[in-house]
Amino acid sequence: MPAAYDVTVDSGAEMEHDFRPNRTKYWKVFLTFARNSLVRDMTFRTNFVLQCISSIGWTLMNVGFYLIIFQYTTSIGADSGWDRDKFFLFIATTWFINSLVQAFFMPNAEEFSELIRTGGLDFALLKPIDTQFLVSFRRVDWSALSNFAAGFVIALVALYSLANRPVDPMVPSLVSILLYVIFVACGVIIMYSLMICLSATSIWLGRNQTLYNFWFYITNFSRYPMEIYNRGWGRPLYGFFTFVIPVLLVVNIPARILARPISPQTWQDQLLIGWGLIATILSLWISRWVFKRALLSYRSASS
Amino acid sequence: MLSPETTTQTTSQRLRWKLSLWRAILSTALGERLVYRGDFALGTLMRFLPIITQIFLWYAIFDSIEATQGGSLKNTEIRGFHFTDMVAYYLLTMIARAFSSMPGLASGIAREIRDGEIKRYLIQPIDLISFLLLTRIAHKMAYYAVAILPFALVFFLCRDYFTSGWPSWPVLAAFAGSLIMGFMIGFFLEAAIGMIGFWFLEVSSLLFVYMLFSFFLSGHMFPLTMLPDNVATFVNLLPFKYLAYFPAAIFLGKIPEEDLPLELAIEACWLTFFIVVCRIAYARGVRRYSGFGG
Repeated sequence: MPAAYDVTVDSGAEMEHDFRPNRTKYWKVFLTFARNSLVRDMTFRTNFVLQCISSIGWTLMNVGFYLIIFQYTTSIGADSGWDRDKFFLFIATTWFINSLVQAFFMPNAEEFSELIRTGGLDFALLKPIDTQFLVSFRRVDWSALSNFAAGFVIALVALYSLANRPVDPMVPSLVSILLYVIFVACGVIIMYSLMICLSATSIWLGRNQTLYNFWFYITNFSRYPMEIYNRGWGRPLYGFFTFVIPVLLVVNIPARILARPISPQTWQDQLLIGWGLIATILSLWISRWVFKRALLSYRSASS
Repeated sequence: MLSPETTTQTTSQRLRWKLSLWRAILSTALGERLVYRGDFALGTLMRFLPIITQIFLWYAIFDSIEATQGGSLKNTEIRGFHFTDMVAYYLLTMIARAFSSMPGLASGIAREIRDGEIKRYLIQPIDLISFLLLTRIAHKMAYYAVAILPFALVFFLCRDYFTSGWPSWPVLAAFAGSLIMGFMIGFFLEAAIGMIGFWFLEVSSLLFVYMLFSFFLSGHMFPLTMLPDNVATFVNLLPFKYLAYFPAAIFLGKIPEEDLPLELAIEACWLTFFIVVCRIAYARGVRRYSGFGG
């Protein structure tokens, strides 16, 4: 078999005889990618530890900022229900989703535009595996998962404080935790779709440094409860980031399910959850379409 | 390292030579920066996008304070900052950061030390620190030449947040002074950190820690007066506030006018301190340094 198969290191041997890899094969390939990345990360162990420490430092700073804010106010937005404990659940959700995106997709999206610029995408196209899969999962940045752990700590502390406070204590039900996990996954999928769309445009544009900044600035909107935008000149933004580029749904839906800022749930909440599911499927489908269209326009670089 | 020839030169000749050298450095750096002006103006405009989030976040915060305490949004305040002040503050820190941030300075110095490129400053009659300072000034000037348009646009759109209008002339002068000194402090502080590269080869993690601290303690994230009292007193003694908080606070009149001369004098002391530290670190570092190969 051609040397182009070597990325899949050891599962490559099995794949040689099967040109239609099924679902378990994809899973195996992914595990191999994950293991390779872990081996790579562990080769530069000090660097890995430093990266973990610095991202936890960033988390601490943010927590400090919000703690300072709650020195002055009891909630974010009047009557929105986002008091300190519930808002920290919101932050934990942001942290979960961002760390998953950073661990699994960010390094790949960065590499993707590099592959296009250098013509390395040829090798990815040649492999008997779905190109989008290969491009999206090749690398895992394990150190980004330290933020996942940080989010977990924030969530535990917030849940503990929420359950034990004298006024309006709350313990989330098992169903809401289950739904939470599902919608965190949906949030990650929406973010992934957005990222794939943006990085696919680098096929047309050649380079997209500005687009990555764009990604950062767009996702910046997802970091706060969506109702804060729902006033005055924020309404068009609110509509745009809920229905066109649904970044507001990413953190808001799971966080609302778990924290229940307004309970009992209103019909708008339920409608939002339904739209969240539809938006997830739609964005995944659209990103797939954009990716395929972009591949059609790919002309290899160099000779 | 003066050759007999240079020592016989008159001072005016040497000054003229220096001036032409500076002009050459400035014009090269300016040209370098203006190549991608379109991309650059767009990038600058996008940098204001997070301000939108900040506006809505702070509105929500002030809104809920107002709801619990009563009164109107106009007289709801956090440590002397009304809602409009808060937005104006974030906009002004963007200006302050445009002066004081030095992307790539410390890491660039550390890399030159590691790669051995620093040798060229040791054999050529150019002083590393003044060369870098001049390049930086030229880069910043090119940056302002392009960025003034997006900045003017955003400030025009947000003019209603500046409720007290233009400050008086002395305050504006102090603001300008604090921006320029902020630039210098930013430069010498980061250059001094880059000099650590003479002692440790890898400074990137140290740099990240510095960036975190400066982001938090400079007031880029929130006005420093919001910190709990005892912490605020301590943070006020640190030089980080000159990178963002201080100029913005001057403009908004949060620092009493009669205190301005003293505050600016303290800033000048910090600036002198960092210049001295940077010079000493460079002199010591060069003595430690050994270059091999070519």
